[in-house]
Amino acid sequence: MIELLGVSVAYDGAPRPAVRDVSLAIPAGEFVALVGPSGSGKTSLLKTINRLIAPTSGVIRIEDRDAAEFPTHELRRRIGYVFQGVGLFPHMSVRENIAITPSLLGWPREQIVARVDAVFDLIALPRDYLDRAPAALSGGERQRVAVARALAAEPRIVIMDEPFGALDPVTRDALGQAYRALHERMGLTTVMVTHDTQEAALLADRIVVLRDGAVVADDTPRAMLSGAHPEATGLFDTPRRQAAAIADLAR
Amino acid sequence: MNAQLAAAFATLPNYLSQHVLLSLSSMALGAGVSLPLAIWAARRPRLRWPLLAATSLVQTIPALALLALFYPLLLALSGATQNLLGASVPSLGFLPALLALALYAMLPIVRATISSIAGIEPAITEAADAVGMTSSQRLWRVELPLAAPSIVGGFRTAMVWTIGAATLATPVGQVSLGNYIFSGLQTENWVFVLFGCAASVAVALVADQLLALVETGAARRDWKRIFVGAGGFVLAALAALAPAAHATRGAYVIGAKNFSEQYILADLMALRLQAAGLSSEKREGLGSAVVFRALAANDIDVYVDYSGTLWTSLMHRTDNPPREKMLAELRDWLKRTSGVVMLGAVGFENNYALAMKRERARQLGVTTLVDLARVAPQLTFGTDLEFQSRPEWKSLREAYELRFRAIKSYNPTFMYRALDDGQADVITAFSSDGRILAQNLVTLDDPKNAFPHYDAIVLIAQKRADDAKLRAALQPFVGAIDLARMRRANLEVDRDQEKLTPRAAAEKLGREAGLLK
Repeated sequence: MIELLGVSVAYDGAPRPAVRDVSLAIPAGEFVALVGPSGSGKTSLLKTINRLIAPTSGVIRIEDRDAAEFPTHELRRRIGYVFQGVGLFPHMSVRENIAITPSLLGWPREQIVARVDAVFDLIALPRDYLDRAPAALSGGERQRVAVARALAAEPRIVIMDEPFGALDPVTRDALGQAYRALHERMGLTTVMVTHDTQEAALLADRIVVLRDGAVVADDTPRAMLSGAHPEATGLFDTPRRQAAAIADLAR
Repeated sequence: MNAQLAAAFATLPNYLSQHVLLSLSSMALGAGVSLPLAIWAARRPRLRWPLLAATSLVQTIPALALLALFYPLLLALSGATQNLLGASVPSLGFLPALLALALYAMLPIVRATISSIAGIEPAITEAADAVGMTSSQRLWRVELPLAAPSIVGGFRTAMVWTIGAATLATPVGQVSLGNYIFSGLQTENWVFVLFGCAASVAVALVADQLLALVETGAARRDWKRIFVGAGGFVLAALAALAPAAHATRGAYVIGAKNFSEQYILADLMALRLQAAGLSSEKREGLGSAVVFRALAANDIDVYVDYSGTLWTSLMHRTDNPPREKMLAELRDWLKRTSGVVMLGAVGFENNYALAMKRERARQLGVTTLVDLARVAPQLTFGTDLEFQSRPEWKSLREAYELRFRAIKSYNPTFMYRALDDGQADVITAFSSDGRILAQNLVTLDDPKNAFPHYDAIVLIAQKRADDAKLRAALQPFVGAIDLARMRRANLEVDRDQEKLTPRAAAEKLGREAGLLK
């Protein structure tokens, strides 16, 4: 359960706030996509959840506790984070990368080993990859490892910022579907930022549309595609038209 | 083996160990200060610029000047601590060299550390924060391991610079491989100069190659490579330092300025002390101003200076009394102002005198300084490095209204060369210099007595004033060496063929003068 209450983010020297008075309640188990054009504030909003950005005002509640009460590093260890930059540590093996948060949490050695094996199995890579350096992996493989790293410490919440954005369409679709399956299986609460409304429509339970830092629409993918939210219609025109064209071709 | 080379090898263990000890200590201090500072500043963009600017500024000061600057600084500090605590910090030798070189070592380390930490990909630092690292975990687990190869690279650069710059520690009284270079330069002993250069380059290369192993090892996460490089470095350092562990410090410290006569006299004093069963060590190549202050501060125990130098430079006297009167006044003044004891005059004078080639002087009809003033506007004047800032030059210039076409300053050795090949027409010679004989020079008469007398005098530091053994060992110097003997000894060291080391010349001179058996 994640609750955002009147969250605003203003950067020093910026003419207007990046996020303006956003309130959202995300129940446990939900998969929410944050969409919107560039500069709409979706990444800033997402990063307030694990406090990579501290909100200028407003409250963020994680599982009924004010997130500001946690020391930031403890909060972050409880929230999985996957982003487009991937950010695997180049001086550590794949295994060490995945084990990082459990080791920061001080888990016993055997438990870490077992957990690394378990999450690694989820991402469907050959076992011998565990001892490779991140540099020896392809982009898609690295992104899978990043997902495994985010899940290693058994978080209840995962936040993702354009996690599959840099991948080719086939890999991207495969990884998206695989993640969605993990989300179900592990009972996660996921918030994903994406500029790709088609990806949002295919993966998420709920889509929140941001424009100029404010929420302009918040509904299911079906409702968004059906045109129920005129404010967001432009964003969903393209996927809707493409879907119709492909359906015609397939007929 | 060549005798010069054999002499050079004989002192190598001592010079090398002192050089390595100084370089390593300076690096340890420099790195110990700059690494935490740089890590601290790497995270704070506002501090980065001032720190880099400050360390770069230090780097623009010539190393020799930086070393020289620490001497008066420490001398002042030494005076202050003496007053406050009753004990003084040494102002000569190891400490000023250490501090100056440590400052010098900072820039490469600071720059490498700051740029490598600040240059880490933002995605990686963001990931470090996002997985829940604290600030210090991020530093130790991510930033330092990633920056390590560059930081070791900075260490490497600093180490090579420090080993090179440590040769410049000689003039502030710290023994280093620079002793070969400085004494070689003064006595035209090119074997020594090359030997000193080669030794310092060899040390730098060994350190550089071993640290290169650590650097590439760190970049490739190859622990074996790191271990071999670091282990080799430690072993090489220990091997070089070994003689220092056995070295017994001499009981007495003998000072010497930076020319042949001073090296010979210092060696001769050391031999006298040795004969009397007293151990000693030498601080050679000291600047003329440094050496007296070192004696006054009890950093050295004994050296030979010249009455006229102290008369003009320290007493600021411009009058020119007879020899005996000058010595008497000087003796009183030294006792009164710094407690320094003037044991007595050695017997020869090493006067400043202007010298010309005999042939050239005859052509121009010059025998005195009055004659010289007439033709000076057509002539180039070559001086040693300090003459133009000495009061003697001022009084000489005023007394004879000397105006030269050009004035150039040289290291004493090159000054004689300049006269020889015509780059200079007149030079500031020293009357005891053997090259006056060898090069067939004439010294010009000084009818107006603009130059004072420069009696060589033995000076003893205040703390040794009542040391009967020392005084007994050195007392025979008084009146023992006449000008002809000193000139010959100087020539034996300065000439190109059948060159003697200062020590060999000192042994010969000592026997001739009855100071040694």
